[in-house]
Amino acid sequence: MDNVLQMVNISKTFGEVAALRHVDFHVGSNEIVGLLGDNGAGKSTLVKIITGYHQPDPGGEIYWKGQKVERLSVARAREMGIEVVYQERALADLQCLWRNIFMGRELANRWGILDLKAMSDETSRLMQTAMGFTSAAVTPDSVVGTFSGGERQGVAITRALYFQAELIILDEPTMGLSLTETRKCLDFVAGIKQAGKCAIFIDHNIFHVYPIADRIVVLDRGAVAGQFMKGELTFDELIDRLSSVARTGSLEGNNRPAR
Amino acid sequence: MNSAAGARPLSPTATRGGFVTLARKYALQIAIVFVALLIWAFFVWRAPNTFLAYDIYNALMSTTPYFALMAIPLTLVIIAKEIDLSFSSIMAFGMAAFDVVFLLFSKTDPQLGVWLGFVACLLAGFLAGLLNGVIVVRLGIPSLVATLGTSFFWSGIVLVITNAQGLGLTPTKETILYSILVGRIGGRIPAQFVWTIVFVIVIWFLLNRTRFGAHVYLSGDNVESARLMGVDVARIKMLVFAIAGLAAAFAGFVVSLDVLFFWPTLGGGYLLNTLASVFLGGTSVFGGTGTVFGTFVASFIIAIINPGIVAAGWTAYWTQPIYGLIIVVSVSLQALLRRRLA
Repeated sequence: MDNVLQMVNISKTFGEVAALRHVDFHVGSNEIVGLLGDNGAGKSTLVKIITGYHQPDPGGEIYWKGQKVERLSVARAREMGIEVVYQERALADLQCLWRNIFMGRELANRWGILDLKAMSDETSRLMQTAMGFTSAAVTPDSVVGTFSGGERQGVAITRALYFQAELIILDEPTMGLSLTETRKCLDFVAGIKQAGKCAIFIDHNIFHVYPIADRIVVLDRGAVAGQFMKGELTFDELIDRLSSVARTGSLEGNNRPAR
Repeated sequence: MNSAAGARPLSPTATRGGFVTLARKYALQIAIVFVALLIWAFFVWRAPNTFLAYDIYNALMSTTPYFALMAIPLTLVIIAKEIDLSFSSIMAFGMAAFDVVFLLFSKTDPQLGVWLGFVACLLAGFLAGLLNGVIVVRLGIPSLVATLGTSFFWSGIVLVITNAQGLGLTPTKETILYSILVGRIGGRIPAQFVWTIVFVIVIWFLLNRTRFGAHVYLSGDNVESARLMGVDVARIKMLVFAIAGLAAAFAGFVVSLDVLFFWPTLGGGYLLNTLASVFLGGTSVFGGTGTVFGTFVASFIIAIINPGIVAAGWTAYWTQPIYGLIIVVSVSLQALLRRRLA
């Protein structure tokens, strides 16, 4: 299987703190990778490197579809087709719906003059199809800060999908969602697989990650503690391994720790 | 493209009618117009002789632009969740640049000196504004402190450059620049009022119809999301400071030309009414919201208070406390509105 994304020897230190230590990570084509780990394991730092928000320490290498990428920036990552649904949800609460959908990538002519009609129409269309907003009360001009948690998540996910993403990263997407909203969100991840795209699904809730991930990578204290394909372990075995990671920092069994 | 997310409608929240949305969208702008009319009606009632004659409106049209020309671009800075306290000093700094260039050509070609001086003035204002932006963005210093510092710096530099000497600008009266900037259109309408309208249109367009404006709102609303979504927040913030500096120098030039004299202390007394115009106009001190139209209307409310108080027979000493009160009350209202939304 060709790798869409390959990261080699990625480290990241913030001052004295080593957030990531020599991490190797890859995402195959049409693969859903579950990324598990406790708070502070380095999941979010890894994601922010993939999206170009942080630069890895010297020595780390990033390959996109086999091509080496030098100095990845946020704009570059989005051009390549990497989209993120952040746990902070990355919405601007005081702005209206269409401004959020097109945030940072507004439709404009070459003088930077906005095409308001196109963005408004496109938002209306997305509301009816992707977001499933049926209430006539919500318009592209509605302010996002008045939406419910699930609606906001719908906006963030739709935004990621609209721009033809190749790799969608979901950073704890189920946090703070109700049961039905969580169900809907997990359905969405399964939809990514069907659409032939790939995804990295980050969560600390293994009940959410296990059923939909093809492969699970466990991070612990900034390093890859182990990884396995879904068929290799039963759910109960996985939980045993994870508690072992929490105690000793490594997975036991036939998967050797990465370092 | 998407099969999963469309399956079920998300929980509908409280009803939000189209009309309500529209009214809420323009609520602040409608409110500010009502406030303006109310205050105007009050002064007409208290001092009909003054407020039913043309003279007062002529005076308002010629002096309100002195600070409205700065308040309108300053709206961008406040929306981007920054503040600028140095614009009143930049007014004088721009004129100091004019002073130097003008004197250089005064013996040879005074006409050319006026034009080159005008260019130097705008350039100085732009660069001083840009410097604010660089200090705030690159060094990460809160703009309140950074611009307080540059404010003292520039007003001091002006005194050093000019040796605290004023400059008569009578020769400028011969130039077209004078008629263009502060002449009387049709013998009645002060040109600076027309320039204020031009500023409203240009800044409104920038803010609402360009990618730059969209990014100004996003930078002020949620700087972290804006960055994550690829908005170049640093560039946006430096640009808004530079625009504010440019406008301040322009306003300084207009004021000096209108009175045909450059006072090295120019700018003193404009800080309060300019900021009051922006905040009263509904631009949030917390960033992310605000309108150019609101600032425009509010600047005339601010301008009418002083003559209104005097004409109504009270002491003009009330002006300052009222300006101060306006800032505190409008910012407090914003805080309350914001809490209700959260």
